[in-house]
Amino acid sequence: MVRLLTHNLLACHVKGCTSNNFPLQFQNVQIELREADFNADFLKNFLPKLEWKALVDSAKDLGDTSLPLEQPEMLDDEFLKNLHHVLLEIHVEEGSMTCPNCKHSYPISNGIPNMLLAEHEIG
Amino acid sequence: MSRPELQAPPEIYYGDTEAKKYTKNTRNQQIQADMTYRALELLNLPPDEPAFLLDIGCGSGLSGEILDEEGYLWAGVDIAPSMLEVALEREVEGDLFLQDIGQGFGFRPGSFDGAISISVLQWLLNAETSHPTSSPPHRLNRFFTTLHSALRNPSRAVFQFYPSSDDQIQLITSIAQKAGFGGGVVVDYPNSNKARKVFLCLYVGGGGGQQQQIPQGLDGDVVEDGKVRFEKRRARDLRKDKNGKRKSQKVIDRDWILRKKELYRKRGKESVPRDSKFTGRKRKPVF
Repeated sequence: MVRLLTHNLLACHVKGCTSNNFPLQFQNVQIELREADFNADFLKNFLPKLEWKALVDSAKDLGDTSLPLEQPEMLDDEFLKNLHHVLLEIHVEEGSMTCPNCKHSYPISNGIPNMLLAEHEIG
Repeated sequence: MSRPELQAPPEIYYGDTEAKKYTKNTRNQQIQADMTYRALELLNLPPDEPAFLLDIGCGSGLSGEILDEEGYLWAGVDIAPSMLEVALEREVEGDLFLQDIGQGFGFRPGSFDGAISISVLQWLLNAETSHPTSSPPHRLNRFFTTLHSALRNPSRAVFQFYPSSDDQIQLITSIAQKAGFGGGVVVDYPNSNKARKVFLCLYVGGGGGQQQQIPQGLDGDVVEDGKVRFEKRRARDLRKDKNGKRKSQKVIDRDWILRKKELYRKRGKESVPRDSKFTGRKRKPVF
């Protein structure tokens, strides 16, 4: 159940991989759409935490282009609906996420990403 | 049987059967629910904001379900794949990650409004291999530093855990403080052997005008309302003699003695008596 909500918070945590380690790139993904309850307050609170460019790029990778390239000043209903859909309703079920810096690949199976590291990668 | 965390690493202990057993057990469900509510209470989130929480060691999502009910969005991490599988079957709402918390998190700074963890920290206190990165202090340090940065300022993290000694509490709190957390330990029902629960309450930030206070532990008599207050497998530990020491195991037989002696020899202990036909024999009563 990787949603873009958490994907947008996730950076690579391999030892020594501290710069350019975000966002993780999706590869060979299968996605599933599942409806979720709309909560405008949550979205408004969450907005400052988002890395907007990373979100738009990853959404594009998953085939959703409903978000504007720049984060809008005004929050209208349509924008929030789109944001809700992108953040909470797109689930990545299979595939992998790759770190753009160290190329470590985190496989996703059954919607659960495997974040375990090998012994030499632990910081 | 000893404590679960002494028997095997978590991802092995909570295999397919144990994961199902643990989740189906209504006693466990009840305890887990009680502790989750208590942890949320200690977390003291602002009531009107929908928060985004981290459930550390979410397991099969027993506490996650409560977070769902309370209207929080959450992400959960656990190291046992079988437990996560059960969580998938139970269709919890949160995002799940297969992750070893001793290896640290990769979450961006300020990601979460709070963190809870029920019955997990004690699992970090055993070394599984001799590699330097698997020593408990190193793992705890990595865990707390990465968690500290992943939490918003100000926020709280609440951990319920089962320490087996005061030294363990000391170790955990000192490492948490070094990682930048404030706060301390809250003990509920300190005078009851069974219902006693230890919560570690950690704060990120909170300086300035409004100093965060460590909440009071629940005290007084345990309310007897027919509810279970403790896990049975934990209660076994409490069998103690009247001096407060755990009952020592009696010498059983000759084989046991030989095994022990062999063990001491392997460890390089000097002056282990030789084995002979007299080893482990009873003395005659006339002696």
